[in-house]
Amino acid sequence: MVRVIVDVMPKPEILDPQGKAVLGALPRLGFTGISEVRQGKRFELEVEAADDATLAEIAEVAQTLLSNPVIEDFVVRVDA
Amino acid sequence: MTSIGVVTFPGSLDDRDARTAIAAAGGEAVALWHGDADLRGVDAIVLPGGFSYGDYLRCGAIASFAPVMERVIEAAHAGTPVLGICNGFQILCESHLLPGALIRNDHRTFLCRDQDLIVENSSTAWTNDYTEGQRITIPLKNGEGGFVADEQTVAMLEAEGRVVFRYADVNPNGSVNNIAGITNERGNVVGLMPHPEHAISDLTGPGTDGLPFFTSALKALVS
Repeated sequence: MVRVIVDVMPKPEILDPQGKAVLGALPRLGFTGISEVRQGKRFELEVEAADDATLAEIAEVAQTLLSNPVIEDFVVRVDA
Repeated sequence: MTSIGVVTFPGSLDDRDARTAIAAAGGEAVALWHGDADLRGVDAIVLPGGFSYGDYLRCGAIASFAPVMERVIEAAHAGTPVLGICNGFQILCESHLLPGALIRNDHRTFLCRDQDLIVENSSTAWTNDYTEGQRITIPLKNGEGGFVADEQTVAMLEAEGRVVFRYADVNPNGSVNNIAGITNERGNVVGLMPHPEHAISDLTGPGTDGLPFFTSALKALVS
């Protein structure tokens, strides 16, 4: 089995309140060197083989279900 | 009697209130089920508020692929009046029946309040019983009600008069241009975050400002 990773992130221009909440908590914990946090989602998909057809299908899954193209970008990669 | 169907998804909360509102407006309320690809011959459809499928993945995302939604999308394209309230609005956006998306409130907290709205478009199937510029009070309760869309889409909605409701006085969730509700090109599909079905009686809500949604649809269907 091969694991394919789909990372989904809010588009840069879309406000990310969850990332902002995490960023706001950092100084309270003593972490002061981080200036920006963006929160996204990671999907792990198990497939028989990561051939071109399968990856194309996964890209379609990412486009139609795993992400909302209005507010999110995604990247598909094969887990090394 | 003119009938309006209300879809119940797993996690819907306001389906019963929506049916009560339809009956109060003089229509026949019909319960529809998410798993049935069947609209039972209804003349209009309401997608109610709640947390369909637990809001897993994204609000409304999984509901938009429910069997009943195939029929709802077909009916919407054929001109059947469809109203999406709160989670229903999120489902309409995820189904691409309406443009844009709803994201987490900019202040990050769930909000529940009686919200004043300005009616911007009184020519849709769900707002013809209002007058343009009318100020109404409708309960608003959500955690992910911030309406966003790309600049081009927002400009198109504004230019074509497809912003149906705007928040008055305050922007409760960070929605672009204070947008509370929008419609499609044809004016038969309307989505908004506030809950008109909770404003149909002085006893249980802030007044009766929500009732004209349902009388509008009944009137649009008879004429």
